Amino acid sequence: MSPTPLASLRAVSKSFGETRAVQGVDLDVASGEVLAVVGENGAGKSTLMRMLAGIHAPDSGQVDVAGRPLAPRPAAAIAAGIGMVHQHFMLVGRLSVAENVVLGEEPRRGFFLDLGRARAAVRELSREHGLAIDPDRLVDDLSVGERQRVEILKVLYRGTRLLVLDEPTAVLTPDESRRLITMARAFAAREGHAVVIVSHKLDEVLSVADRIVVLRRGCKVSTALRGATTAEELADAMVGRHVELPRRTAGDAPREGSALLELRGLKVRRDDGTIAVDGICLGVRGGEIVGVAGVEGNGQAELVSAVAGLARPAAGSIVLSGRDVSRLDVAERQALGLAVIHEDRQLRGLLLGLSVAESFALGRTSEWTRRGLFDRGRLAASAAAGMKRFDVRADGPTTPVAALSGGNQQKVVCAREVGRQHVVLVAAQPTRGVDIGAIEVIYRELLADRARGAAILLISADLGELRALCDRILVLYRGRIVGEATAQEASDERLGRWMTGAESVGEARDA
Amino acid sequence: MIGTLLLQTLALAIPYVLAALGGVFSERGGVINIALEGMLLTGAFFAALGAHAGGTTLGLVAAVGASAALAGLHGLLCVRFRADHVAAGLGINLLASGLTRFLLMACFDSASNSPMLPGMGQGVLASPMLWGTIILVALSHVALARTPFGLRLRAAGEHPQAAHSLGVPVDRVKICGVIASGALAGLGGAFLALDNHQFTAEMSAGRGYIALAAVIFGKWRPVPVAAACLLFAFADALQIELQAVLSGYKQFVQILPYALTLAVLAGFIGRSRPPAALGAR
Repeated sequence: MSPTPLASLRAVSKSFGETRAVQGVDLDVASGEVLAVVGENGAGKSTLMRMLAGIHAPDSGQVDVAGRPLAPRPAAAIAAGIGMVHQHFMLVGRLSVAENVVLGEEPRRGFFLDLGRARAAVRELSREHGLAIDPDRLVDDLSVGERQRVEILKVLYRGTRLLVLDEPTAVLTPDESRRLITMARAFAAREGHAVVIVSHKLDEVLSVADRIVVLRRGCKVSTALRGATTAEELADAMVGRHVELPRRTAGDAPREGSALLELRGLKVRRDDGTIAVDGICLGVRGGEIVGVAGVEGNGQAELVSAVAGLARPAAGSIVLSGRDVSRLDVAERQALGLAVIHEDRQLRGLLLGLSVAESFALGRTSEWTRRGLFDRGRLAASAAAGMKRFDVRADGPTTPVAALSGGNQQKVVCAREVGRQHVVLVAAQPTRGVDIGAIEVIYRELLADRARGAAILLISADLGELRALCDRILVLYRGRIVGEATAQEASDERLGRWMTGAESVGEARDA
Repeated sequence: MIGTLLLQTLALAIPYVLAALGGVFSERGGVINIALEGMLLTGAFFAALGAHAGGTTLGLVAAVGASAALAGLHGLLCVRFRADHVAAGLGINLLASGLTRFLLMACFDSASNSPMLPGMGQGVLASPMLWGTIILVALSHVALARTPFGLRLRAAGEHPQAAHSLGVPVDRVKICGVIASGALAGLGGAFLALDNHQFTAEMSAGRGYIALAAVIFGKWRPVPVAAACLLFAFADALQIELQAVLSGYKQFVQILPYALTLAVLAGFIGRSRPPAALGAR
């Protein structure tokens, strides 16, 4: 390590109200290194990075960049050469790539915006860093991976030397992730440059980072050099106990019998009339978990909406236990045994103003109603039991869900949906943005539900998750199923080729 | 008859176009502006006051200044104080209506109208405001598409957080957009009063709302918005001509521009996409 680190945080602490997000953390970023910061949700990773990027001012402690104290303003951090790429993209969809990149620091020619120079700057930077992109395309038309390139170009345009990437590969295909990692390594190798990656994908962290820092509950609990640690060790350090994510055991084959959920030639249109789901046929039998992989935006959201009853299919039918439910509404489908864990818990799964117990009863109110009135006592008891089984960390059933962490909110949704009388469970991205502890619970319950004989359709962007849980994995590309493999056959390379449309085995049909 | 109809269309289009251009600047920045109506009215009154006191030019300056100030208030309410844009706009309109009636009484001692005013040129083709309006349409297009301010305004209306994260002073940019909208609508109001050689109470008569419809129909882009205004102005002109021909059906014929507005909006409102953060607080 060089004598003066590129950036250093000295005993920084930060609280939000009662929550102590970061407590006395020391962190040095040396020139030339790729440093990974790992930890569960709520461990303080993002808060720490935001102090480095001047977005939050530390309550105590000091942030130095190249030996000088950093003023806690985003502009100061940008000027000091720190550029943060946020997990949730900050892009203006209806502006072009070049316009997004130069926004706020526009090249001018007199009164006018010099779009020619903006384009040239984007081309130059994208060539230099291997981030291929057409400066004139609208951001709305870009894939998730391309959008991320625009985000990176934005900070590079501002002369970043320390690149902070917050959960950069959560939404990327395996191939895109590899390219990003190559780019990050090359960037850090430049004179006076470095990269900090915040991630929870431990395999990836181990392959890219020179040094790995583990945070737990706001404290730094360990630092490891590459090659001197394992994914298991890191996971245990993150959680503070030994964890082992449950997997589907190879032995128990799915049950025989007919499919409990069947999609027959399902076609769904987007709001703008374009086809999102283009004639899908699939079936899920009882005791079987069928996975749907694919890059986001290839019809997954519309598929779930159609099955849940939120969108009307343009053609084809949805069959639940042998009955065509395509024309039924959400409640009627639930009554026939459909449970759905929606992708965006805050948009579809929960009402943030409600308490945990009330959230638990959403869409299931009749179970706790007597003579038209809520039986609050009985609901509180059921909710408490659900909280215990799913390890929901909250003060009690009356706590508002808004006060829960993302992982705990998701556990409430899962407890409700898995607890519902059902034969078919649709789970869309059930572990997105939740920590390992919660993932462990959710995996366990999905597998338990499978063992009870439910038919489960699991939509996920995480290939490791699909392999761990699914009997079969289908790949969705532009609204069609372009590949199907068993968990054993499904390598990242193979799924990756299908996911990018590079290869297709024709439309797979269920037996 | 066709000739008069077209000249009439141009004359009627000028206030629509100016107010609607104002609407574009406000709404591209994310601020809903039903206050265009009140800004037209305020512009018309102050044009009368200024023209009465010191001639046409002073009238124009007074109209632009007063209406921009009123717009500044709208911007402050919506952007700084995060008021509901429609409620704030409604308040501005009520304020404009009451204020112009009060000032009409205070300055001209009349409940209904100002004294006669000097006009500008003979006929619409000779009016510098026709050419001024055409130039302003082109300038608005260039300002939005080709200047740093336009880029920042569009970004503020689409994704203010993204703009903010890049150091764009979002609130200031939005308020500037609203003030520009007031200046333009004020000019439109000035034309109403000067073309009429008089200010009359409530003379904006819903034109601000029709201009807003044109903004939507024209998809928030200056040139198509101006074209939409021409369409509405044509319907207006036709209505006036038809009143003479079909005198028995006067009330029915008067509905024409409003019916057209409704029909156009019903047909297009779903298909044109507003700025993503329009109305966001």
